[in-house]
Amino acid sequence: MAVCIAVIAKENYPLYIRSVPTQNELKFHYTVHTSLDVVEEKISAVGKSLGDQRELYLGLLYPTEDYKMFRKLHNSFTDVMCNPFHNPGDPIQSKAFDGIVSGMMVQTG
Amino acid sequence: MAGSQWELPPELCCRPMAFVALTGLDVVYNAVHRAIWDAFCANRRADRVPISFKVLPGDHEYPKCRTKRTSYEWYIPKGILKTGWMNKHLNLVPALVVLFYELDWDDPQWKEKQSECATKVEIVRTSLQGRNTKVAVVLIQKKTPLPPGEDLVASERAATLCNACDLSGKSLFVLPHTDHLVGYIIRLENAFYEHAQTYYYTEIRRVKSHKEFLNKTTHQLLFVRHQFKIAFFSELKQDTQNALKYYRTAYSLVHELRAHETNMLEIKTMAGFINYKICRLCFQHNTPLDAIAQFRKHIDLCKKKIGSAELAFEHAAWMSKQFQSFGELFDEAIKLGLTAIQTQNPGFYYQQAACYSQDRKQQAQQLCQAGATYPSPEPLDTQSGGLDFYGQRPWRQGHQSIDPPDAEKEKTGILALQIKERDVPHSELIIALLSNAVAQFKKYKCPRMKSHLMVQMGEEYYHAKDYTKALKLLDYVMCDYRTERWWGLLTAILTTALRCAYLMASVKDYIIYCMELLGRASTLKEEQKLRIEKNLIKVLTNEVPDAEPECDSSSVSAAKSLWSDRMALAGSNELTIEVQDYIPFIQCKAKFQSPSFHVDQPIQLQVFLRADCPHPVSFNKLSVSLSNQEYNQWCVVESSGQESMSLLPGKTKRFNFSFVAKTEDVGKKIEMTGIEVMLGSDSGRCVFMSWRGAGGDAASTHEALQASRSSRRWGRCLEARQEPDWDSLTMQHSTMIISRVPKISVQLSHQPPALNNEMYCISVTIQSQEEGVAKDVKLTAGLKPGQDANLGQTTHVTLDGSKVCDDTAPALLPDVPLGDLKPGEKLEWCVYVKCVSTGPRVFLFHVAYSIDTTVEGRQIVCKCHKDETVTIETVVPFEVSVKFVSTKFEPLDRVAVDIPFLLMTDILSSSPWPLLLASSSLQLTGESASECFCLRCPPLTNSNSTVATGQYLISWRRYSSSADSPLIQTTVTLPHVILESVPLYIHADVPSFGRVRESLSVRYHIENRTALVQEVEMAVEPSDAFMFSGLKQVRLRILPGSEQQMLYNYYPLMAGYQTLPQLNISLPRCPTTNTHTLRRFLPQRIFVKWLSESSGSAGGRRLHRCSLRRTHTHTNRLL
Repeated sequence: MAVCIAVIAKENYPLYIRSVPTQNELKFHYTVHTSLDVVEEKISAVGKSLGDQRELYLGLLYPTEDYKMFRKLHNSFTDVMCNPFHNPGDPIQSKAFDGIVSGMMVQTG
Repeated sequence: MAGSQWELPPELCCRPMAFVALTGLDVVYNAVHRAIWDAFCANRRADRVPISFKVLPGDHEYPKCRTKRTSYEWYIPKGILKTGWMNKHLNLVPALVVLFYELDWDDPQWKEKQSECATKVEIVRTSLQGRNTKVAVVLIQKKTPLPPGEDLVASERAATLCNACDLSGKSLFVLPHTDHLVGYIIRLENAFYEHAQTYYYTEIRRVKSHKEFLNKTTHQLLFVRHQFKIAFFSELKQDTQNALKYYRTAYSLVHELRAHETNMLEIKTMAGFINYKICRLCFQHNTPLDAIAQFRKHIDLCKKKIGSAELAFEHAAWMSKQFQSFGELFDEAIKLGLTAIQTQNPGFYYQQAACYSQDRKQQAQQLCQAGATYPSPEPLDTQSGGLDFYGQRPWRQGHQSIDPPDAEKEKTGILALQIKERDVPHSELIIALLSNAVAQFKKYKCPRMKSHLMVQMGEEYYHAKDYTKALKLLDYVMCDYRTERWWGLLTAILTTALRCAYLMASVKDYIIYCMELLGRASTLKEEQKLRIEKNLIKVLTNEVPDAEPECDSSSVSAAKSLWSDRMALAGSNELTIEVQDYIPFIQCKAKFQSPSFHVDQPIQLQVFLRADCPHPVSFNKLSVSLSNQEYNQWCVVESSGQESMSLLPGKTKRFNFSFVAKTEDVGKKIEMTGIEVMLGSDSGRCVFMSWRGAGGDAASTHEALQASRSSRRWGRCLEARQEPDWDSLTMQHSTMIISRVPKISVQLSHQPPALNNEMYCISVTIQSQEEGVAKDVKLTAGLKPGQDANLGQTTHVTLDGSKVCDDTAPALLPDVPLGDLKPGEKLEWCVYVKCVSTGPRVFLFHVAYSIDTTVEGRQIVCKCHKDETVTIETVVPFEVSVKFVSTKFEPLDRVAVDIPFLLMTDILSSSPWPLLLASSSLQLTGESASECFCLRCPPLTNSNSTVATGQYLISWRRYSSSADSPLIQTTVTLPHVILESVPLYIHADVPSFGRVRESLSVRYHIENRTALVQEVEMAVEPSDAFMFSGLKQVRLRILPGSEQQMLYNYYPLMAGYQTLPQLNISLPRCPTTNTHTLRRFLPQRIFVKWLSESSGSAGGRRLHRCSLRRTHTHTNRLL
């Protein structure tokens, strides 16, 4: 179940982060932040083998995620980035994106 | 320490080794025995058999063996595993007792000694009554034994000794005390090891044999116990594969036990032990994944088995210990060569252990209420001082039914445990685990995990009231979160740090954290910010701030008194805070209006300030420091009197400064080195917020980048806003002071290209457009520095055009004083440049002067200069080509000694300008535009070598140049010529023309140029064009150096160019010289004119025939 969804900029700062309000928000922030260690390591490993470069999904960082969820989220993220009024690198403020995220949280959580 | 209750017993954690007792050794007084014992103990490397040896006295009492149970029918076990059992088999009950006895085969008192030995064996046996422990005898002998079979006495006595001691022959050993002690000992211990193996094998069989008597209802505990024992014996036997198998069975059996609140701890304790053993063996077998899988299963099975709710902290403590000991096993395996990865390393287990320790602390705080008195009598004491079984309660040992036997005892027991838990230094435990985890994550490249754990450590120190350490850790990691822009986390850390700073009454830290928590990176709510800002203002006015929320009341009151002490201290109320590396609540950006200013312009500088806090903030001073401190006085703004300057939340305020640069700073850079904003006042506390350079902070670079990318920026520009967009404000931290713009014109006129070596005239016209007098005008002219170094050598500049300059003239004429220049005045100067080599050159004409001017009412003397550069190509003025020809204008490839020849020069102008060739001369041995020179080469000692013919000098100048301009001498080196010497030279005196039928006398001169007498044969060939008289064929002798003349009278018969009769000459002594080589000296043709207009060609033919005839006759006559 999704308890926390985050979109992180390539410079490792959060563009969007939301967690189930009943839970300890700070703890999730720490979890997301620490998992960046693994992301960084995986990305550097992907860079080494050319074949994997087009694969955007990094796989499980820690056993918590689900592929379909990623696709859905990624599509919505792409929509946000296509918005000509959005400045890449700014935090995401989009109703549509919020809706998708809420849907994923409600559906599972 | 109270936490030690959860430590795993050392006998569980050690590697079990067969226990062998050695008796009969006096290691204190007997040197031989000491040596034997040392040989057993010393150097126990991995290649030696795993035995633990102990020296015991011969009459040592071994633990008594309980009488064997014959039936289990009425037996109800009281617990799973006795606390003493493992230690008993590791250290107390030996697998083998070895009796050492000094006895040689030929001992004179053999009989007596034999019986003494038998008695000693008997004593050991009695002590071991009922146990399967083996006994062996080692005879210490002085003599080296003979090979087996040869010593008949020995074999016979050995047999009788075995008999007397009731030993098998396999249990009697001989140890000769000789040189090879260690070798003998190793053989001995191998034999002991076999005995021990047999012992543990029988023990395993013995425990297994109990199984058939057990039933599942009453003996459940025994199933676990027996499996554990078998596994443990297997380990002692070094059969780790089977040990692992039995431990696994024991583990599943332990979870089959009926669990209830009273025995939960015992089950978990045993499950923990067995799990530890399994994981340990898996790591030992190099199957780490099995270990991890087992551990996960273990945790899954046990994490919900909390047991008594009143003692919930015990469960957390136990869980923590499980993770910790697994982490340690993992770490140890890594040290032995296992490789771990980022997502699977011991750090995670330490981290979980810390996590459970935190839970433990929390539960302990909830459950263990302060104020309760410790019950008496002590409910945790037992008769033996310890527990009989692992994991049981001291007040009801051996009790196995579901309900506690005595509710009152249960209550006091729990209370006692709760009170003890209160004294546990939880924070210490947590911090130790966290720091273990930090070390691991550092090793496996998880910087963020490391930071997170350090935050937790800091928080734990905070809870433990060690604020200094807490701040140190938090401060260390804050910067990571700041650079990664995780504002939520940064805010949380800052909040904790602020609490620490408050409780320590650390003014500076308190102010720093307040400033950042009020800043734009803080995610605090508005009301929090309001509160913090209020506190900050209090501190600035030297008042005690309000307590931070969530601090416990006792600490707060301690902090309050600390604060009032601080505030009472006079003097130390000035603070400077470097804010650049934070994200403070006041932002600052500064810029010079332009990257450069002319010295006659005022330098303009702007400072922008912006406050992000919720209330307006006032400050009293703003100052900018510049690299040249003399300007600092112009860049200060201070509040006047009571009125302080204030910043409104979210509004940008601009401060303008301007000053006049000093003329000596022309060409220098002025940099902002820092900006200071003073908060507070002298009456309270002064805090200087200090920025380095032109301001900005930890987040502004990124914001500027985002702003530059933003598309909204363009939209915003359309709105007519007064305030600049903060994020897109760029800083300009330095400016260049450049010289005043010159009001003067410098014009160059010349006629390119320059000709090689000429005095090239460049005329410089300088005209002042200044309104005042340009003083001290100086011209620097010449080759622009920084070009090819060779150009410096081949370029010469002079102002004197009257003569050709020499090599000493410089390439650049610096600072030629030209005096003063009145407004509108014009100056003209000619600069002459001599370029020795061809190619392009850049020439610089630099005119410098000084002028008085006023800037903002200040009189300054400005130095101005104007540069003009020009690129000039240098070309050669003309090409000279030279050729040698004979006097007959035939090209020569070689020149004969002493014989005149001609040198011809051709000069081809390659200048676009007309040239005047004034004169030319030949040095040494020439004329032409073409010139022609007749030359003769003097004889040389060695013939046929080449000689330099010399140089050709041409004096020239541009045709356009004035008559008094100097001539340029161009020297052309003439080519070398090949010389030859001829032995015989012949030349003829021939008139320039002849007339038909008129006598023409030709005299041939034949010169001998050798030192020998030369014999010459000469013959004249008949010709159709001439009749002649003279010697037709003759043989001559010519003396060295002398000459012979031959006179012929030719009678031309035909007009026009006619070939003279051919003269054949040969020198018999010098065959290389023949007619052919000599003929070139002689004229070949002659022009024959008609005698008169009437004579026709027919007459000519007639005469010709006639001459033929006459020639013949004449010849005959000669002979």
